[in-house]
Amino acid sequence: MADAPQTMPLQTADGRPLKAALAQAQVKAKRRAFLLVLPLLAFVVLSFVFPIFQMLERSVFNDGFSANTPSLTAWFSQHPQGAEIDESAYAALVADLVTMQKAKTAGQAGTRINYVYPGTISVFKSTARDAAKMVPPLKDAVIATNPMWGDPVLWAAMRNASHPYSTDFYMAATDRKPTADGGSEKVAPEQRIYIYLFIKTFILSGVITGLCLLLAFPIAHLMAVLPTAKSNLLMILVLLPFWTSLLVRTTAWIALLQEQGVINDILVTLGILADDGRVRMIYNQIGTIIVMTHILLPFMVLPLYSVMRVIPPSYARAARSLGATSWTTFRRIYLPQTLPGIAAGSLLVFILAVGYYITPALVGGADGQLISNLISFHMNKANWSMAAALAAILLAAVLILYWLYDQLIGIDRLKLG
Amino acid sequence: MKKILILSTALTGFAFAANADITVMSWGGAYGAAQTEGHLKPFTASTGIAATMVDSDNPATPIKAMVEAGNVTVDVASVEYADAIRLCDEGVLEPVDVASLPAGDDGVAAADDFIAGAVTECGVSTDVWATVFAYDTSKITGDAPKTAADFFDLTKFPGKRGLHKGAKAVLEFALMADGVAPADVYKTLSTPEGVDKAFAKLDTIKADVVWWEAGSQAPQLLADGEVAMTTAYNGRIFNAAVAEGKPFQIVWDSQVFENEMYVIPKGAPNMEQAKQFVAYATSTQGERQQAQHISYGPARKSSMAEPIIYVDGKTEMGPNVPTAAANMATALGSDFQFWVDHDAELNDRFNAWLAAN
Amino acid sequence: MSLPIYASPLERVWYYTFRVICVLVFVFLVAPILIVIPLSFNVEPYFTFTHKMLTFDPTGYSLRWYDLLLTQGLQNPDAPRDWAWWGQVWEQATWVKAAKNSLWIGIWATVLATVLGTTAALGLTRPEMPYRRVIMAILISPMIVPIIIIATGLFFAYSSACVPPDSAIGAVLSPFLSPKGCLANSHLGIILAHAILGIPFVIITVSATLQGFDQSLIRAAASLGASPRTTFFKVIMPLILPGIISGGLFAFVTSFDEVVAVLFIAGPDQQTIPRQMWNGIREAISPAILAVATILVIVSIALLATVELLRRRSERLRGVTPQ
Repeated sequence: MADAPQTMPLQTADGRPLKAALAQAQVKAKRRAFLLVLPLLAFVVLSFVFPIFQMLERSVFNDGFSANTPSLTAWFSQHPQGAEIDESAYAALVADLVTMQKAKTAGQAGTRINYVYPGTISVFKSTARDAAKMVPPLKDAVIATNPMWGDPVLWAAMRNASHPYSTDFYMAATDRKPTADGGSEKVAPEQRIYIYLFIKTFILSGVITGLCLLLAFPIAHLMAVLPTAKSNLLMILVLLPFWTSLLVRTTAWIALLQEQGVINDILVTLGILADDGRVRMIYNQIGTIIVMTHILLPFMVLPLYSVMRVIPPSYARAARSLGATSWTTFRRIYLPQTLPGIAAGSLLVFILAVGYYITPALVGGADGQLISNLISFHMNKANWSMAAALAAILLAAVLILYWLYDQLIGIDRLKLG
Repeated sequence: MKKILILSTALTGFAFAANADITVMSWGGAYGAAQTEGHLKPFTASTGIAATMVDSDNPATPIKAMVEAGNVTVDVASVEYADAIRLCDEGVLEPVDVASLPAGDDGVAAADDFIAGAVTECGVSTDVWATVFAYDTSKITGDAPKTAADFFDLTKFPGKRGLHKGAKAVLEFALMADGVAPADVYKTLSTPEGVDKAFAKLDTIKADVVWWEAGSQAPQLLADGEVAMTTAYNGRIFNAAVAEGKPFQIVWDSQVFENEMYVIPKGAPNMEQAKQFVAYATSTQGERQQAQHISYGPARKSSMAEPIIYVDGKTEMGPNVPTAAANMATALGSDFQFWVDHDAELNDRFNAWLAAN
Repeated sequence: MSLPIYASPLERVWYYTFRVICVLVFVFLVAPILIVIPLSFNVEPYFTFTHKMLTFDPTGYSLRWYDLLLTQGLQNPDAPRDWAWWGQVWEQATWVKAAKNSLWIGIWATVLATVLGTTAALGLTRPEMPYRRVIMAILISPMIVPIIIIATGLFFAYSSACVPPDSAIGAVLSPFLSPKGCLANSHLGIILAHAILGIPFVIITVSATLQGFDQSLIRAAASLGASPRTTFFKVIMPLILPGIISGGLFAFVTSFDEVVAVLFIAGPDQQTIPRQMWNGIREAISPAILAVATILVIVSIALLATVELLRRRSERLRGVTPQ
């Protein structure tokens, strides 16, 4: 090969150009790598990604109203936003209500509108019962059954709902409601909840992540520097809660933390607290923080430990021998080397905390609720669309975080034990 | 060889588990047990149709999902009244014809035998239950709380309060404690000022409330001494007091009562047997048999013709059910129509109020 | 970590403070688990220490809840406790059925997640892997989507994933599917759901192990004439086995402790231990769940201790002095 003419491209032993051979080998290697991933990828896409997308689609899709109101839908498409709600509109409404009464679907349509305009289910049902007997002028007849029918905001809400795809549920999930001109406005201050809870969820998750880091760092370090035999025994203590059911741990914390619970009892017996001065540590935000920190702690310890275990102690010794104080050694030598572990543990704990719902539901009380509790609340009320909208927002926020992590640290460096 | 055979059947056994003839979904706990003893077992004994009980957090939740997904696995579910109406509105329940239900043992037709509102388009009432409040007589020994106003009186009766985490029954209770007559409660709640008034009353004890979610938590809080008084489902307190011997006392003032409904989801796998079951369970005897196990009142007048005795053989259920005349003086019937319309709105407000400090 | 000879007085104080902090954190970790054990012997159906328990009055303690684990769900619980009775327990007792379900589902979910996850991790860590970041994100996504959304989404999808039991494929698959031939309400459905939840853990741990894996060993094996399969089983596998095992353990624990997906997807025949516990907390107050927890804690201590003893034994046999 060395004596080949300068003009000739490099060739392999069998005479093909080296570049092409390499490219081919590269393609082959790529294909082989991809084939290894393919079974899992296909499995996850089919049995997970696809169902989740279907679920999230419900945040913009709801045909509870539009499927039952062909005449109104036609009227809305002929008359743009701002058109006067005239007799023809009411005629369309009555025609639809008559069909709905026959098919017993007035409740369905009312339910869809009720999500953004409260109080409409019974109005739809009662007006539908009378619809067949109504005589023109229909506008007056309909409004006579319930003055709500004259409200332009209700008509704006029906216009939005007349298309199966709408952003209504994202509007509701950000504390907004429809206005008469087809736009939206903030709901009354005492009704605002979702944005507040989103922010609170992220702050609480941040606090929990910080606490986990604070508690996990010393014990992970201890385990990393102890001889294997001893550190493995300590590892059993870390893994034990991990192996114990989440539900049991939560219940145990209730027994420990409540006002007549073990910790308060001990403090009273020791004379630290007066019997009537027992501290409330559960059924509130503090309870949620304590219990979730406990439950998520192993997820911080394991990645930290796996990183710390392989940090050679010689670096720290070298720093000390060069005159660094122990604090400087820790700050400048040890801490930077543990950063991948800190980042991985924090990401895991934060993401898991954001989506938690069982623990806050059991120990959160009034102010320890997180956004996932409201997602489950809407799930329980079978309001899939609202739950999906809230979930989609939460998911988007988590994905941004995940992307940031990938940019800053690299997802390949995530470690667990 | 035989051993291997047995082993392999044992291993595959759970994949091939036999299917019961009908499946009933209910709330579990003491209530589910009462339905199992009072309805499922005697039904199987009299018809030969096997019946299995499945527990759920709230049986209304899975029904819509099941019907929408076309995968209905339960034949009968026990749901709250407002949920029965809502699910019926959403078109996921099988309609019920009151004429198909058996007449009372005294011969009165079903339509007249049931108390008002007990049979709806899609459901039949199995019992009447109530949200009441209760206290521990070993803790409150002096002057006993008697009215809803006492529940909110932190100076006269110091200590924490347990309340259900949810708008329903809590807002009504607060208004009645504030002096609103039961008859005016829903009129008041329909106005924004009325809602503000209810929340203002709740504000007076907000800092001292422990919120419970599942029915079992209320007696637990009382037993732990975590609260001085708590609202609870009356049957839970009755069971703790009579079956477990706890010193709990129910206060019936301002109770909020409602019907519990048996409903059949559309597309139930064993429709005929399900209808047969509902007819049996809500017959005069069916309602009596359940009331022998838990202190919820039968929804048929004929079921109360003779005194009902609890399974311990001595406690008479009459005075312990929400529908007893003595307990009804200041009672409020939950207004399902109001809650169907305002459930979402008021719960949003309630959640916002809870989360605010 | 002994104290170096050159430590200053301040460092000595810190050294002991540090030890105390560590002890406190460990106490925090295990306190709730220790509390469960005595409470499981409570004679009353509440999760609190009664006065009798605190004064060590024997009448305050009982095995009532352990007994309930065996008798709950039996048609004939008061029969004499002979072989037939124990057979009845094995077949009918609610908690025993739940334990069988949990193990069965957990094992298969773990096998599925570990096999697929390990293979994928092998591909993902190859330098030639195309679109690595996107694919990694997709594979890890089950960990970041709130579980309640996963559960409902899977319920809808699995309810429509059906094969008629009388079709050719249906006949083969029917033992694993629900009576209607659907994934929802079937063992297979829960196994798939739990496998999905466990996969991120397997991917993360196995890829982390593979990062430290010397890729030249593969080339060395190949140059010595080993087929890719031989290379995997003789070279790669033994080296990354700890990662696979710990990933598998994570996957198993995830499945064994999972309740939300079970709440949605499972039918009456697939009740697991956490599902029973959920009932025990939410609807019927029952310290039976504490009795279950105690048994599980003892089993896991025994398991973890056995693993540790085996490790020490093998080190001794290999002539490595235990540190």
